[in-house]
Amino acid sequence: MSILVNKNTRVITQGITGATGQIHTRACKAYGTQMVGGVVPGKGGTEFEGIPIFDTVEQARKATGANATVIYVPPPFAADAILEAVAAGLDLVICITEGVPVLDMVKVRRYMRGTQSRLIGPNCPGVITPGECKIGIMPGYIHKPGDIGVVSRSGTLTYEAVYQLTQLGIGQSSCVGIGGDPIVGTSHIDVLKLFNEDPATRAVIMIGEIGGTAEEEAAQYVKDNFKKPVVAFIAGQTAPKGRRMGHAGAIISGGRGTAADKIAALKAAGITVAMSPAELGITMQSALAGKAA
Amino acid sequence: MNIHEFQAKQILGRFGVPVPKGYPAATPEEAAKAFETLGLPKAVIKAQIHAGGRGKAGGVKLIASAAEAREFATRLLGKPLVTHQTGPDGRIVRRVYVEQASEVARELYLGMVVDRKAEGVSVIASTEGGMEIEEVAAKTPERILTEPIDPVIGLGGFQARKIAFALGLRDKQVGQFGALIAALYRAFVETDASLLEINPLVVTKDGTVLCLDAKMSFDDNALFRHPEIRELRDANEEDPAETEAAKYDLSYVNLDGNIGCMVNGAGLAMATMDIVKYYGAEPANFLDVGGGANSQKVAAAFRILLADARVKAVLVNIFGGIMQCDVLAQGVVDAAREVKLSIPLVVRMEGTNVDKGKQILKDSGIKVIAANDMADAARRVVEAIGQRA
Repeated sequence: MSILVNKNTRVITQGITGATGQIHTRACKAYGTQMVGGVVPGKGGTEFEGIPIFDTVEQARKATGANATVIYVPPPFAADAILEAVAAGLDLVICITEGVPVLDMVKVRRYMRGTQSRLIGPNCPGVITPGECKIGIMPGYIHKPGDIGVVSRSGTLTYEAVYQLTQLGIGQSSCVGIGGDPIVGTSHIDVLKLFNEDPATRAVIMIGEIGGTAEEEAAQYVKDNFKKPVVAFIAGQTAPKGRRMGHAGAIISGGRGTAADKIAALKAAGITVAMSPAELGITMQSALAGKAA
Repeated sequence: MNIHEFQAKQILGRFGVPVPKGYPAATPEEAAKAFETLGLPKAVIKAQIHAGGRGKAGGVKLIASAAEAREFATRLLGKPLVTHQTGPDGRIVRRVYVEQASEVARELYLGMVVDRKAEGVSVIASTEGGMEIEEVAAKTPERILTEPIDPVIGLGGFQARKIAFALGLRDKQVGQFGALIAALYRAFVETDASLLEINPLVVTKDGTVLCLDAKMSFDDNALFRHPEIRELRDANEEDPAETEAAKYDLSYVNLDGNIGCMVNGAGLAMATMDIVKYYGAEPANFLDVGGGANSQKVAAAFRILLADARVKAVLVNIFGGIMQCDVLAQGVVDAAREVKLSIPLVVRMEGTNVDKGKQILKDSGIKVIAANDMADAARRVVEAIGQRA
């Protein structure tokens, strides 16, 4: 078991002929993901390395039976691409695109109310269930099948956590990058709920960063409902306030969203917080050992 | 992206938001002329910098003649103004704004932000105008009203009335406020703002509702569809290294320490700053070269880092996913040769083509301290500047 994606997930790529779309569709296919189609308006009927291309998402879904899509289209068109995927009824919509205007995301989230689709991202690395299905831009080889869930707002910091786990021989059930923007489709809590119900996930690493209060809310959820060990790290302990640290969402504003507040909330919820990003793997290792003992 | 008060008022004025009449001036002569053009017995002259707290810092004055306008502008222009938001060096005042003076009966607060939780724009209103809203939120949260706006319906008339009554507005003011806030919301959405603050919103002695100050910030990701707003960027208000970095699409923030950091990915870049501190030193910057950096971009990043004289050692931390380690290594080598690197360089690389990358560094003849992992890298760079790890 796993969450969100598995070996049966059938994936299409929106923006399959762009430079990024090509590279990652190829890499995901090579990893073993069922890449069943692509969408490029005006290029319907052609193909990309054996993968059929369609003009619309709806056509692609009907012809291929796809239930997931990954979006690499440029920022000005990304929101529209998400809307198209939701309108076509895809279960899982993963938007990798960085730089989507936040008010576009406001409209997207309003449109999605009451629909069955789940959006991951934007501005995220994607989702992987090691050994089964990789959707997104993460390097596949650093992962190892196992029972640790990973959820993070950051891309490369997720790779760092996964790599440390794999080096210690600890595998992952699923790894989800929820994205670094202020408004994203899926929150830490949403992913924690899925991990909570997934029998194949034994413990979770949660990586947060400065800005907003999503980590504090996740901490409260863990305290009230979560049944498995959680190890956390918050990036940006040394970040100055009022400055955007790369991610559009990573900013301490109005005295809120500091790393110190988040760490305090996590600790109060009984979560083990790694104070150094180099200790994510070993902190999880000792949390697991503590559980066993 | 931030803009000046006078620019925000010009934008808001175009959307029909009531703002006092005024003119910007870059010289004392222009300030005197602005006073005469206004043709009023009294005016206010305000220093234009991207920071709040100008009033308390002596950057705002009530004046009653063109001579006074000239005199006060002479005192402000070309000199730093230090407020509680600028840091100890202050900001150089390059422009003043001369505007119609208002007789204030009440000071209120009105703001709009992109609210993460509500997944939309929310109005924030308070009767405590003229104070910092963070302070009000901390001390008297019951005096703040937050009203989320539905992006499809827009700001409802009932919401405008609710806020007006909460602010203690009466009679004609309620209708005036309704038109004002509707225009503000239109301005927010149509310019892709990320923050709009009217502090204070005032009721004048003759009962008119007016925006006495205005602060606007915009979503950098949406500037592509607002070229007219992009033009309002004032490079003088930004760190030159940050402006240079932006040219190469690098995300850079200047900090106070002496360890230069170059990392791919925002989360890992923040974590790298954190681990430098964890081992007892201070990062000189945040620098995210992004996912798809090529060797030119890496070289540019390196030059920007080294241009900072405070930097005593450089830490490169790359987890190559999309970015390949050999490409990174080549960029580092090219840049180190070009700038004749003379300070310690610690490189930690992991990911795609890592062996090729390590070979390139080794063959280059450049003195590189290779690190095995993040902790090792942080320890070594701290040692390199002579501090105990």
